[in-house]
Amino acid sequence: MSEAVIDPLHEEAHRSLWGDVWYQYRHHKGAMAGSVIFFAIVFLVFVGPLIHTIDPTFADYRARDAGISLAHPMGTDNLGRDLFALLLQGGQVSIIVGITAMLLSLVLGTIVGVLAGYFKILDGPLMRLTDIFFSLPLLPLLLVIIMLFRDTLRSAFGPETGIFVLVVGVIGITSWMQTARIVRGDVLTLKEQEFVLAARSIGAPPRRIILRHLLPNILSPIMVSATLGIANAILTESALSYLGLGFPSDFPTWGRLVTDNQNFLDLHPERALIPAIAISLTVMSVNFMGDGLRDALDPRIRGR
Amino acid sequence: MFNYTIRRLLFAIPTLLVISFIIFAILDLSPGDPTGQLPLTVPPEVREKIRISMGLGEPFHIRYWKWLVQFFVNEPKNIIEQSTGYLFADSGERLRVVSWSTRSPVVDLIVERMPQTLWVVGMSYILAILIAIPIGVISAYKQYSWFDQLGTFVSMVGFSVPTFFTGLVLILIFSVKLGWLPMVYDTNHVVNSWSSFLFQLKQMAMPTAVLAFATMAQFSRFMRASMLDNLNQDYVRTARAKGLKEQSVVLVHVLRNSMIPVVTVIALGIPQIFGGAIITEQIFKVNGLGSLLIIGIQGADYPLVQTLTFIFAVLIVLFNLIADVLYGVLDPRIRYE
Repeated sequence: MSEAVIDPLHEEAHRSLWGDVWYQYRHHKGAMAGSVIFFAIVFLVFVGPLIHTIDPTFADYRARDAGISLAHPMGTDNLGRDLFALLLQGGQVSIIVGITAMLLSLVLGTIVGVLAGYFKILDGPLMRLTDIFFSLPLLPLLLVIIMLFRDTLRSAFGPETGIFVLVVGVIGITSWMQTARIVRGDVLTLKEQEFVLAARSIGAPPRRIILRHLLPNILSPIMVSATLGIANAILTESALSYLGLGFPSDFPTWGRLVTDNQNFLDLHPERALIPAIAISLTVMSVNFMGDGLRDALDPRIRGR
Repeated sequence: MFNYTIRRLLFAIPTLLVISFIIFAILDLSPGDPTGQLPLTVPPEVREKIRISMGLGEPFHIRYWKWLVQFFVNEPKNIIEQSTGYLFADSGERLRVVSWSTRSPVVDLIVERMPQTLWVVGMSYILAILIAIPIGVISAYKQYSWFDQLGTFVSMVGFSVPTFFTGLVLILIFSVKLGWLPMVYDTNHVVNSWSSFLFQLKQMAMPTAVLAFATMAQFSRFMRASMLDNLNQDYVRTARAKGLKEQSVVLVHVLRNSMIPVVTVIALGIPQIFGGAIITEQIFKVNGLGSLLIIGIQGADYPLVQTLTFIFAVLIVLFNLIADVLYGVLDPRIRYE
């Protein structure tokens, strides 16, 4: 127990909570590898099109089925579209969809969780709602909703924005439940603590207690579910696109590229495999980041 | 326990009613028109008649009620009649949920497709459990060993890799390059001899492996966590102090207690795998329930989609209930009264 006694005079540097978390995160090999790979993919996907300037939707019919060359680093597909350009643009869409859908599900989950945890009257109904959402068959329902509302949203927002809103919306609406449960549990325990009582006794309204006292304290589980949410959203989007119910062919995403090139598996296996590897790598790196973050934010493990 | 089960069963009824309402409402209130796929040359009055023949002339609540009656009263009666031979009074004049595209009762379609899904999904589930439990036990017993690290990495891959990627890789290796296994699942294949049985095994190998890998990753993690929770308990020390062999300490005392949460996770996962099988069935062209759903969605066959989605929901609610009851039965510390 001698280490526990801290001599204030000889304390080396000020250690903050987030400094500790960052220290722990940096020493988690998987998390660091995951972060490097994820940010490399994000960088490549968003900066790549500035260097590799071929239009991904341009079908150069004379150069179709071309092999690897300097002009086409990954060759072209059966319509003569440049595969590398398609991959970069598909990656942009997949990652933006993943992050936006995660944000939506996070906001929904946090609101439901905080309301259910803080206000006793709302707890019952909101948790029943969460239970019911947990009992819904999500993938079938996602497919059904997209099939039914695709055309309406397309005509309302234009072909690309419409399907984007739809895909992000349905993924967000069907994935907030886990966050809500975690947040509710944390709010329930925090709410009984003295600092909340103190805040209430000086007359702080619920809004301020929630925003100033509760939310900062539940930030860590929210951050972990945010990372895992990105991975989940990218996987779901790719599954939808793979089944042909996500983005249309002329608006490539990674999942869509896999479906489109799957028919040439015996001749050109790399065309379907490369986008599939891209999905797997992204999701895996995000999952590793989430894993490291969870370990870093868990005070029982931290400092070991 | 009995009271608890009854209470949960009673509570499942409103849950299912709400879910059925959500599913019905999503399909029904959607802006798409089921006659929208008909040629434009069909005159409006004929179109209206088609809509009425589809049962779309009635207001929303009446159609919902009729659907409920068909699903909860008429279809179970049919199943009873077919399996026992007993005829109800209204036999032959009951309305059934009829598919718009094939004009045959939806339940018959589902019964046709059920065996393929059950075989592939069921086998993959059993395989996943059989692999995951030893992996989880060893990883927990030798925590932080190379085996544990490898297991952690493999299950991370299993979590992260979409099933269509593992499916494609397997097809590429075993069908395209080596030519050992068929690329497409042949549903008409009849097992009547030794060689046809071998062929059945061959064509089931890849879809089963793909599903089993994804499930295995999840279960082995649960098994490991649950074993770790138990390995440091006092009763383990007692067992060792009594001089029991290490083997029986781990495999009898710890394993049995660690299985309790894992069994409930396994029960909870069963309905999920029906949904997850949609993609796998699509890759290998297995015409099971998942591909039936996709066909229904593409053909705007609302009754088929409604019924299938609702059956998935029923499975989820049912297995949630089974998991909770199992938990109480297996773990004497848990009392629901």
